[in-house]
Amino acid sequence: MTVNLTLLVVMGVLYAVGVYLLLERSLTRVLLGLMLLTNGTNLLILHAGGAAGFAPLYEESIAAQDYSDPLPQALILTAIVISLAVTAFLLGMIYRSWVLGRRDEIQDDVEDRRVARQSSYDVESDADVPADTSEFDDAPRPRDPDESVETPGVRGIRGEESR
Amino acid sequence: MTAVLLLHAVVAAVAPLLFARMGRSAFYLLAAVPLAGFLWLLGSAPRVYGTEGGWTEGGEWIPSLHLDLVLRMDALSWTMSLLVLGVGSLVLFYCARYFKSDASGIGGFGAQLLAFAGAMFGLVTADDMLVLFVFWEITTVLSFLLIGYSRTRLSARRAALQALVLTTAGGLAMLVGIVMLGQAAGSYRISEVLAAAPELAQRGTVVDVAVLLLLVGAVAKSALIPLHFWLPAAMAAPTPVSAYLHAAAMVKAGIYLVARFAPGFAETAMWQPTVTVLGLGTMLFGGWVALKQYDLKLILAYGTVSQLGFLVVVVGHGSADTAQAGLAMLLAHGLFKATLFLVVGIIDHRAGTRDIRRLSGLARRVPVLFAVSLVAAASMAGLPPLAGFVAKEAVLTAFAHDVDGAAGTVVLAGLVAGSVLTFAYSARFVWGGFAQKSAEFSELDAGVGGKAVISDMQRVEPAFLAAPLVLSVLTVVFGLWPQPVDAMLQPYVDRFPVEAEHEFYLALWHGLTPALGLSVLVVAGGLLLYLGRRPVADFQRALPSLPAGELVYRRVVNALDLAAVWITGRTQRGSLMFYLSVILVTAIVVPLVALFLEETPPLGTLRVSDGPAQLIAGAAMVVAALLVPLATKRFLAVLLVSVTGYGLALIFALQGAPDLALTQTLVETVLLVAFVLALRSLPAPLWHRNPAGRRLLRGTIAVTFGLFMMALAAFSISSRTADPVSLELPRMAYELGDGQNVVNVILVDIRAWDTFGEISVLVLAATGVASLIFVTGRGDRIVRSGEDPTTDQLRVIRRRNAAAVSPGGEALEVGLARRDDDLEDPYLLAGRTLAPERRSIVFEVVTRLLFHTFMMVSLYLLIAGHNDPGGGFSGGLMAGLALTVRYLAGGRYELELATPINAGTMLGAGLALAALYAVTPVFLGGSVMQSYTFEAELPVFGAEKFVTALIFDVAVYLIVVGLILDILRSLGGRIDQRIEEEAVRRRRRAPGRGTRIRVTRQRKVAAASAGSTTATSATSPTPITRTGADGGGGHR
Repeated sequence: MTVNLTLLVVMGVLYAVGVYLLLERSLTRVLLGLMLLTNGTNLLILHAGGAAGFAPLYEESIAAQDYSDPLPQALILTAIVISLAVTAFLLGMIYRSWVLGRRDEIQDDVEDRRVARQSSYDVESDADVPADTSEFDDAPRPRDPDESVETPGVRGIRGEESR
Repeated sequence: MTAVLLLHAVVAAVAPLLFARMGRSAFYLLAAVPLAGFLWLLGSAPRVYGTEGGWTEGGEWIPSLHLDLVLRMDALSWTMSLLVLGVGSLVLFYCARYFKSDASGIGGFGAQLLAFAGAMFGLVTADDMLVLFVFWEITTVLSFLLIGYSRTRLSARRAALQALVLTTAGGLAMLVGIVMLGQAAGSYRISEVLAAAPELAQRGTVVDVAVLLLLVGAVAKSALIPLHFWLPAAMAAPTPVSAYLHAAAMVKAGIYLVARFAPGFAETAMWQPTVTVLGLGTMLFGGWVALKQYDLKLILAYGTVSQLGFLVVVVGHGSADTAQAGLAMLLAHGLFKATLFLVVGIIDHRAGTRDIRRLSGLARRVPVLFAVSLVAAASMAGLPPLAGFVAKEAVLTAFAHDVDGAAGTVVLAGLVAGSVLTFAYSARFVWGGFAQKSAEFSELDAGVGGKAVISDMQRVEPAFLAAPLVLSVLTVVFGLWPQPVDAMLQPYVDRFPVEAEHEFYLALWHGLTPALGLSVLVVAGGLLLYLGRRPVADFQRALPSLPAGELVYRRVVNALDLAAVWITGRTQRGSLMFYLSVILVTAIVVPLVALFLEETPPLGTLRVSDGPAQLIAGAAMVVAALLVPLATKRFLAVLLVSVTGYGLALIFALQGAPDLALTQTLVETVLLVAFVLALRSLPAPLWHRNPAGRRLLRGTIAVTFGLFMMALAAFSISSRTADPVSLELPRMAYELGDGQNVVNVILVDIRAWDTFGEISVLVLAATGVASLIFVTGRGDRIVRSGEDPTTDQLRVIRRRNAAAVSPGGEALEVGLARRDDDLEDPYLLAGRTLAPERRSIVFEVVTRLLFHTFMMVSLYLLIAGHNDPGGGFSGGLMAGLALTVRYLAGGRYELELATPINAGTMLGAGLALAALYAVTPVFLGGSVMQSYTFEAELPVFGAEKFVTALIFDVAVYLIVVGLILDILRSLGGRIDQRIEEEAVRRRRRAPGRGTRIRVTRQRKVAAASAGSTTATSATSPTPITRTGADGGGGHR
């Protein structure tokens, strides 16, 4: 099969610019990069379908190979609509991140950094425990300081709701 | 057998309910379950020991994995089952007195203990190695739960976790061994593997390693050194659990495994060294450490470790005599060790401690209990006329016969030494539990004659004492009358090659044999150790002790933790850019290496383009894309991306894909609107946040990735030689799907499942958008349904809208005055809600004219889509576009009025319709998603076909409309509202004349109209809606 240079170059440019934007910190640019990648990918699928042909609307007089390949088209159609939904979702996230933190950028995950810094001491496996010699001693045992009662949901998100 | 298993499973499942109703008495009911199994076993003895010689049940389960769900009953399984079910029943019975009715988690505990008995029964009867492994791991998990019964004790939780980690690690090694053995033998059935064993044993390393791995599992489960330490730690479990798991049942699983495979594999290279060295080492180590303990339970725990080593040596030795002696020992051990644990439980329960320094003179307080433990301990020590003596005689006889060379002598000496230690710690147990201690040893107050006072202990009622009593009676019976046991074991013993002159049987009295001499030696040595316990203890203290296994375990776990944290810290940097770069570079490098190192296909011929129009569209896209990174304004960048989208639509059209062109154009338009709506609150400039060096790196990755994709596409497209699979599709679509638009038929018929998945994603995304913006609830209705907003309401809304537009109050008032009476017959229903400054009459008129046309086109696309370009997606998008225009012209109330159905309802209805469409054909005898065609003669249209796939298209249509509606409501309407609220708030904060007046006026108006205006969202109670609600209460 021959390769269409126009489609190839356009696709390459879309991918390159898309990846460049994807590696940015600005959320809006990341989203734009994602859209360019989507377009590039759709172009790739289209290209894989072969050369241009008749629209795949069945006529008895047209030979099967003269149609433009319908299968990639169905795949692309699905991809287009999904990308609409995903983009809308990301737009919602961008807006929300702006409302909550007045930021339009991707921040480093604090939790990941904290993992790297954590100590190897673990109360559950490293603390010294005195041996029990009865199951029936009703004297109060010293409480584990880390076994504090958890109260889920107390920490709210500071932001629009509290303003 | 299956019935016994099922009975255990079912009763275990309902056990928590029984406990909720009956309290601890439910244990009696639970005890009846293993008892029933036990009686059934006794009844089925003739089948096992008759001519039949046992039987198998079950059949194939997963043939492709060689997995058969087969249970087998033979002499070994029968003996083990007898022990497991008998002791299980007694322990459950004992629990009814041991626990309080209101003990926390008692229901779950009872269920786990019963399930454990069932799992053990399954383990000893499974004939498939993989099924055996499954039961093996079930017992591991249940033992984890049972050891951790005291959830509030750190020691219990830690011991449970440790037992789980160690036995599971051993179990995994065993699984590898099972798979190796199964693959080598070509079958996973234990009976077949054993039948093939002589041939397998010749294969050398593979089978040797497989057997070694099996033994690793047994070593972990049966607590042999160096993995023994989990067993004493597991004494944190309630004592009945210790009695059952750590004496009679779970730890015996390892012994069972050794016994099961000994007839075939005892001669393999790794077997004897492993079994003998680890077994003897464990026996001596456990006995030695048991002498150091002060906790009665720990004396027994280390004693168990020691005995398990003993059993592994004997059972694993692999001759007829040792097999018989080993199993007899196993039974005797189950009887006396369970008794002793139960006794310890009673002492702990009634005296409040297990520390021998705090117990004194109990023999006189509880004479029956003392008698029971004396019998059991004497059996453990190997004194006649008890089970332990009979079994130990058999062991010593077997090994004394076998002394041929240094190795045999060492083993015999080791066994004797271990037995001496066993005698000593048995004596220590009885003395520690029941004797009156000297005042200097005891921690109790000193009494008369240098002795400690007799410690307190409550009376022990018969029901509590019954279980250990029964077990110790059995110990005596077995000792006096060992013939039944002998007969019970015979079929298993016969599996080993027997030398004729060594025909041995279990008996109390064999005459003056060398074994009897050894027994006397053992008793004498043990007595010496017991009497000299003070110097022995001093000696033990003087010896340097090895690092405890537990400590080593904790260090290993700690090292693992550190390594895990280190690796996580190196790889999980928290930076998205870092992650993406790693992914992208991998995506580039790996395929390229494969492409250029493995095989490089020839590059096909190149053509420049498919026509000048394509070239122009492509050039425009390239220019637009290259400009995007340079754009400094947010919306400029968005517009440039849109250019590539529209260009793509043009390329689709030129390529012969009208559906794609249509859809892409509509999507691009909707997206543009969505972008503007969502990002209008954000500042216009786009910053470059990254330092310049990173920019170079990103540029390099980006360009390389682009080139890589081009290479990938070029090479893979030129490599294509076969005809596309889609050649048949046009004909199939027309003849089978009754549609001329092949793409549409693919979507709704040929690959309808894909579309179903896609619309599910759409529903999710739409819900996601709505919940991101509305936060609590979908916020589907702004105005309560069924009521049109009244003029007054509209006025309120408009005032808020106006407040957001004009910064000064004066212009606003003028605007209101001018427009207030202009309310006759608007072009758009909710146009009046907009501030005058926002309204565009031209836009409203155009919208009024276009909306219905749009909707008609959308319906046409939907219905005609099966034969012409169109379909549910483009139809839905077109309808969405019509709604978008209404929203832009008339604001969110206009959108509300334009859609009588909620977005949520629309999405749900669409999905439900699609699901209904999918399954209905099944009830009509078709397959899922099958489409039907009806032909009818219609009055005006003539002959028309109706294809049921249209129903699916309608579902798609509804979902797409719902999606766009959600986008408009969330990114449009809700953000509008927020901006307006913000403006009102800002105005109120700013000091000045007129502010107060305006607020009061707003309240008055709002109160008057409160009947039908409702709060839009609970999360943002604005002053207006709040007063509205208050005032409304008065009005209603």
